[in-house]
Amino acid sequence: MKTTLSLTVNGINRDDVVPDNMLLVDYLREKAGLTGTKIGCDGGECGACTVLINDRPRHACLTLAATCQNAKVETVDGLSRDGRLTAIQRGFHEKLGAQCGFCTPGMIMASEALLRRNPDPSEADIRAALAANICRCTGYVKIIEAVQFAARELSA
Amino acid sequence: MNKITPILSIGIPKPLVDGPEKTTGKAMFAADFQVVDALVGRILRSPLAHANIVAIDTSKAEALPGVLAVITEADCADSYGVLPIAMNEWALARHRVRYRGEPVAAVAAVDVATAQRALDLIDVSYEELPAYFTADQARAQGAKLLHDDKPGNIEREVDFDLGDVDAGMAAADLVRELDFHCAEVCQAQMEPHAAFAEYDAARERLTIRPSTQVPFYVHKMLARTMALPESHIRVIKPHIGGGFGCRTETLQSDLIAGLLARKARATVKVVLSREETFITHRGRPETQIKMKVGMKKDGTITAVDFSAQQRGGAYSGYGIVTILYAGSLIYGIYDIVSARFKGCRVLTNTPPCGAFRGHGTVKTRFAFENLIDGMATELGLDPFAVRRANLLVAPTMTENDLLVNSYGLDQCLDWAEKASGWKQRKGKLGPNKGLGMACSHYISGASKPKHWTGEPHATIHLRVDWDASITLLTGAAEIGQGSSTVMAQCVAETLGVDMGRIRVIASDSALTPKDNGSYSSRVTFMVGNASIDAAQNLKALLIEAAARKLDIPPADVECLGEVYRGGQQDQGLTFEEVVMEALNGEGTLAVKGTYDTIPESWGGRKYRGAAIGGTMAFSYAAQVVEVTVDPYTAEITVDKVWVAHDCGKALNPLAVEGQVQGSVWMGMGQAMSEETRFHEGLPLHANMLDYRVPTIMESPPIEVGIIEANDPHGPFGAKEAGEGSLTGFLPALTNAVADAMGVRATELPLTPDRLMELLEKKARDDRTAANAEGKVA
Repeated sequence: MKTTLSLTVNGINRDDVVPDNMLLVDYLREKAGLTGTKIGCDGGECGACTVLINDRPRHACLTLAATCQNAKVETVDGLSRDGRLTAIQRGFHEKLGAQCGFCTPGMIMASEALLRRNPDPSEADIRAALAANICRCTGYVKIIEAVQFAARELSA
Repeated sequence: MNKITPILSIGIPKPLVDGPEKTTGKAMFAADFQVVDALVGRILRSPLAHANIVAIDTSKAEALPGVLAVITEADCADSYGVLPIAMNEWALARHRVRYRGEPVAAVAAVDVATAQRALDLIDVSYEELPAYFTADQARAQGAKLLHDDKPGNIEREVDFDLGDVDAGMAAADLVRELDFHCAEVCQAQMEPHAAFAEYDAARERLTIRPSTQVPFYVHKMLARTMALPESHIRVIKPHIGGGFGCRTETLQSDLIAGLLARKARATVKVVLSREETFITHRGRPETQIKMKVGMKKDGTITAVDFSAQQRGGAYSGYGIVTILYAGSLIYGIYDIVSARFKGCRVLTNTPPCGAFRGHGTVKTRFAFENLIDGMATELGLDPFAVRRANLLVAPTMTENDLLVNSYGLDQCLDWAEKASGWKQRKGKLGPNKGLGMACSHYISGASKPKHWTGEPHATIHLRVDWDASITLLTGAAEIGQGSSTVMAQCVAETLGVDMGRIRVIASDSALTPKDNGSYSSRVTFMVGNASIDAAQNLKALLIEAAARKLDIPPADVECLGEVYRGGQQDQGLTFEEVVMEALNGEGTLAVKGTYDTIPESWGGRKYRGAAIGGTMAFSYAAQVVEVTVDPYTAEITVDKVWVAHDCGKALNPLAVEGQVQGSVWMGMGQAMSEETRFHEGLPLHANMLDYRVPTIMESPPIEVGIIEANDPHGPFGAKEAGEGSLTGFLPALTNAVADAMGVRATELPLTPDRLMELLEKKARDDRTAANAEGKVA
């Protein structure tokens, strides 16, 4: 079975015919050509595929594309505007929150969701918001610093 | 007049040069490449742990519409392996499977569903053989051999006996011996293995983008497996989602992608699932260690007598190197003369182990640092004092012929002791809390390359053209550790120019000079030195050009990076003007730099068993771990870690901190929760939930002290920063738990289950002792 899916991806309206069993992550990577969102596991284990659906962080690998009818979907590919890194992207870049960069898209989107609903998060808030995202490079220390940097930038 | 000075790049925290790509989603990893007609590659894996392959019938799969290629071992021209003396693996199992999940056949088809159907249509008939899942089972009398040329299922036995161990033990005031057991652990890097292979059928040429740390080795093994001239293969390393050693050898998926692309005469993408990535493994082997140490009352170590048995898995891989390191690197950190080692690497019906971060050293160091911590307690000595009683004095050669030219362990100890408040806080944290410490070290690359060809150890090309930009061409594999950034820093610093002038192109065999790859922490040291050499050669050309233009002798040219001038009153030439003059009559500049290790660092002159481990420089680390233990659940919380790491000159302090924090944290996973488990060879851990890497919730703050005991041969004095501090965490944790709860753990990971058993045993023993005392009274 197939569905005609209408949604916005990174602010752009799209209409696509998608199989009902197509995962959002495959839709984004294969149909929309947005490969910033990564697949790091076999389903819901690592958080690398975290995207925003109507401003809330979601595992794109546990979401059927067809359930995103009329939704606002955002991925790391669409975050920077006019070629400029946003505060959270600068945080991950300048504070070395990204080493290999594979968990980074998911980390950044989960952090973005946090900062949208809580512009002044405590360290405990940051940890809670990123609890479903695994990083294997940093030990998370500089990831926390990256989010704190972004929060400061946004409040300045 | 403004003072003009060269721009500095070294010793300054620098974000990674490829950070913007990684934070915007533009960084392309192997699985991100796509072309419209790319085929999907899928692998059929063995359901049995040990069996002869009687027959493989692929005819039904081949007949399925949409299937473009089916391959088996018949399509492989030769075996492969990372060590030239132990190439006993095949991209697809040949005549026999030796572990569950070993690749047997593979298909390329138009889509995933077709590929999966094709796999289901391949008929393989097996004749099952007895399988061995522990080292002891495989070594048992009469066990079926996994490989006919490996009697007793032993990959390699190693032993050495240096100094006089028996006399050392006799001279000791305290001799203690313990058995240790460490579980097998896996790198579990974030990016599952993938390869994107394009075959140019008109020219019989392959271009492949594999997720590897060693593009050069993959190149060689593709040529061998495909019987394709090396010059017909182009290996381009994409962005790599972590390695930690699991990609320091060619993996089957790299070879299968190449074979499928050729057979289908098309483009094929092979992306492994997380489960398949776990099955591919190449992690750290399960190890049993017996460790015996003799110590004087003042903490001086008189002798070490130890053995290690590793469950290596079904094929050789790096096994020989791993078991050699497990012995030889008992040396190089303390002033130990007498040591005896017996090592045994065993072949078993489990996925092959490999070279995990801290290769070979981790479990031996865990056992040693754990044992001497308990001995310090018995002798009433402070653990720091015991380490200080055994320091080396650099420069020196160890008893097993390892070169130590720089040594900052004493400073590491001072920093960790002070930063953690050890003296004031030890023993005063209250119930169920404790502090533990331990030290560790690691090589800055092996001095002798595995494939000895007579070429320099590292080569760098710099290209400068009319636009005055500098293109740095390096074969060194950037895998997230920041190698491209460090290379750019070395070149920028040597020339005194802004880093923004330098563009790094890394690891494309058609463009960049050969490099052995990113493993054993060799890149900063070897390739960093080659980068400096290249920049110096370029600088000489630019100074000559400036001298011509200014009409002064080259010796009188003052190079200020962006300005070259004859003296303070001279306005001088801009970098662009100097470059244009250098191009005059010459055209585009192409400059090379190389680096070679010195023979004194090769080791092995005195004794054959010690021939491994020779390095140009060792890093050193000391760390303190603070824990709180829940006495009811035996759950350990790591409250904080203080770690000092001697990396020589910290070329990029930001990246050093990142590497050290990542190392310590990875050590934490191995110490507390990570463990592979098999049922009859079937992995029970093959996902990111059952293989428990620490999440952000339980990960502690890690404070890093950078110690700079510069090495005379290091680039600007630098040594390795990415592995040495992993190891110390494991013993520091068990030592902290011993401090908190009075029980000494010798089995890792120290899960709540294992700790609870120890606590219950202690409670029983304490009751028994109290009862006995009561009776006596």
